Amino acid sequence: MSAPVLELRGLSKAFRVRHGFMGRETREIRAVNDVSLTIGRGEVYGLAGESGSGKSTIARMIMGLTEPTAGTILIDGAPVAHAGQRPVQMVFQNPGASLNPRRTVAQSITVPLAVQGVGAADSAARVAELLEMVELPRHFAGRYPHELSGGQKQRVAIARALATTPKLLILDEPTSALDVSVQAKVMDLLADLGRDLGLTYLFISHDLSLMRNFADRVGILYLGRIVETGTADQVFAAPSHAYSRLLIASVPVMSEDEARARPTIPLIDGEIPTAEALVAHEAKQLSQGSKA
Amino acid sequence: MTDAGPITTLSARQQNWYRFSHNPTALIGTAIVILAVLAAILAPLITPYPEHVGAVVNFRARHTPPSAEFWFGTDNVGRDIFSRCIFGLRVSLTLAAVVLIIAVPVGTTLGLVAGYFGGWTETIIMRITDVALAIPPLVMALAVAAVLTPSLLNAMLAISALWWTWHARLVYSLTRQIRALEYVEAAETLGASKLHILFREILPNCLGPIVVKTSLDAGFVILLGAALSFLGLGIQPPTPDLGTMVADGAQFLPEHWWESLMPGTVILILALGFNLLGDGLRDLFDVSEQ
Amino acid sequence: MTAPLLSIRGLKVRFTAYGQVNEVLHGVDLDVPARGNVALVGESGSGKSVTMKAIMGLLRTPPAEITGGQILFRGQDLLTMRERERLKLRGTAMSMVFQDPMSSLNPVFTIRDQLATILKYADRRLGRDRSRAQRLARVHEVLAQVRMREPEQVAAAFPIMLSGGMRQRVLIAMALLSEPELLIADEPGTALDVTTQAQILKLLKDLVAERGLALLMITHNLGVVRETADRVYVMNKGTIVESATTGAIFAHPREEYTRDLMAAVPRLTGGHRYGTQGGRA
Repeated sequence: MSAPVLELRGLSKAFRVRHGFMGRETREIRAVNDVSLTIGRGEVYGLAGESGSGKSTIARMIMGLTEPTAGTILIDGAPVAHAGQRPVQMVFQNPGASLNPRRTVAQSITVPLAVQGVGAADSAARVAELLEMVELPRHFAGRYPHELSGGQKQRVAIARALATTPKLLILDEPTSALDVSVQAKVMDLLADLGRDLGLTYLFISHDLSLMRNFADRVGILYLGRIVETGTADQVFAAPSHAYSRLLIASVPVMSEDEARARPTIPLIDGEIPTAEALVAHEAKQLSQGSKA
Repeated sequence: MTDAGPITTLSARQQNWYRFSHNPTALIGTAIVILAVLAAILAPLITPYPEHVGAVVNFRARHTPPSAEFWFGTDNVGRDIFSRCIFGLRVSLTLAAVVLIIAVPVGTTLGLVAGYFGGWTETIIMRITDVALAIPPLVMALAVAAVLTPSLLNAMLAISALWWTWHARLVYSLTRQIRALEYVEAAETLGASKLHILFREILPNCLGPIVVKTSLDAGFVILLGAALSFLGLGIQPPTPDLGTMVADGAQFLPEHWWESLMPGTVILILALGFNLLGDGLRDLFDVSEQ
Repeated sequence: MTAPLLSIRGLKVRFTAYGQVNEVLHGVDLDVPARGNVALVGESGSGKSVTMKAIMGLLRTPPAEITGGQILFRGQDLLTMRERERLKLRGTAMSMVFQDPMSSLNPVFTIRDQLATILKYADRRLGRDRSRAQRLARVHEVLAQVRMREPEQVAAAFPIMLSGGMRQRVLIAMALLSEPELLIADEPGTALDVTTQAQILKLLKDLVAERGLALLMITHNLGVVRETADRVYVMNKGTIVESATTGAIFAHPREEYTRDLMAAVPRLTGGHRYGTQGGRA
């Protein structure tokens, strides 16, 4: 069997935060703590977690925008090169922010082509080809981002990410800034591209319903650690970790069927518990159970 | 949701034109600046007494008050002040243009480099900027004139040597904000060169504020140039210069008031024109960058 | 049958931008009964935010202009009411929970100071007389009502010391200060994590049940609507497309727009394959 497209081994990132008098003392915050995962060719791996879970930091480390404090990142079995030379691309959450407002669609898409030394004529042909791939009309090449809708901007961002024919595409909340009707179309496009081009996706999202339908395998991230991993079917049908259960139970759903399928969470003092409270609560019950 | 539908079907260029053309301040400023530039270029053709630019003496007509013959009156040797004011625009505009052509690119580049790279590069560039900011341009020009000779060229060099600092500060703070934006990160992950990121990704997004500041600066440089000439440190006679004319006329105040007031008013209107244009442009860019 | 607490009739709003006039609300009808729990749902550009701003009197005129209709609150038309009378209602009888818990609180004042100040001005508008001690007691009371475990400690805190969920609770407490009859919530919990959002939605639902106030929630999230509201108005392109009880609309959406919108939402139970050549082709 060939090497996985992406392999993370014991990846960690600690930030030092200065505090105390004149900032002389430092404290370590572990944003990502010993994360290991593999993603096979053509697979969609979903990474779910809330703010502060470390999912963005993992994406940034894979992209080379942040240096890990420990661990290794292997792409196709080989250690990674400098940022900008990695066969990985990213589609950012907010297409309004990830496209330069002063550059046309064609100018944005051709940035990676110029790096690869593609000439002007070939470059124009490639832009047309990429726009067709993301189902946008060719004449959009001359438009500026503010002349496009949110969904169209995200298609341009996808075209730009595909320009370098990456091996792995990181999708960082690619549809969270879009309306749900637009979201469905962008997800359809990503699924089509994934199949046609044999792309591998690392899909980062807080929308668990979307992840359930898009990812093959899922990892649940809590306080910098992957607390649960498995196929999407396994994790959603029978989440084993307290945090995964709380996360899935909190999703607002559309039907009775879905509501019944959600795990039940014990109310603490009549309230839905916080993640910390629930994890502590379950730990306490476990220790009481083992004593009895 | 951030994806609000478009409120208009106009293109970006049409929107900008709509705002600009509905902004009286900007229109008045633009009109003043265009008229001043045209008048300066066409001065020999449009002035009634182009020969009065030189060392002409016409004692019979000295100290003539404003009239149909001499619109702005005449000076102490009988030269037409209107003609000399129009030619004087050339000096003021040249001064502003040369200073800004030197200071803006230098300041912008230093600000971009300091803001993007940070670290030692930033420390060195910004500390030099801070020191230069502490020196008043007028004092610098006085010092340069004292060491070298008083001339227009030296005045321009002295002002340019300090003026870039304002642009460096402005572009530095803009770059610090922009470099953290996703589109810059996106370009980095796509392997774009530093040169590309500085001049193709970041610089175009600083252009609005730079243009506004440059326009406002033109007014200030003109005022500073007039002040230097007033002190006798600018261009040397007999070339007509607005600041020098104010100084020369000041001896004959208050009876021959027009000799100072007319060139003074021209300086005022010119500086005002650049300021109005700058304010108008700022309104334009403020909206489009929301 | 009694008249609804809030009743919008034929509301029309237009905007003027770049010399072009666009009508964005084409006659909106919407009712919130006393003690009702109503959701107004729509995608971006549907006009739901404009409707909300029109109710609260937050539309900037120009560029906006209300060209027709009525907004009746307790039978009085807010649109023809004197500005003075309207100000007495705003923030008191009808109050608003803002969307962004980060930017809606002033970072340099404690929660106690901010809430007490808001209460002081509300008291002044209504001609109520209350001592500072009484006001502080009321601040602690509303903080307890939003299920803060230690209201005194929260009151003494600066916004930065609180989590996103706690700040959202503070904003709800702020809206409760003057015992409103109608609470308008703009995308409640949207800026928060899903576990925190669930807590906030439960809190809003509990408040409607316990305190007898009416809730009008503006949201784009159909799941949130189903979890929280009793009655739903679906809005698209400046018109109400469909309105029904929550149970009815999720079981049998009548309009095609509503059906399409619901079909676009992914299900937690899975079963949908994305891609045009996949499951749906």
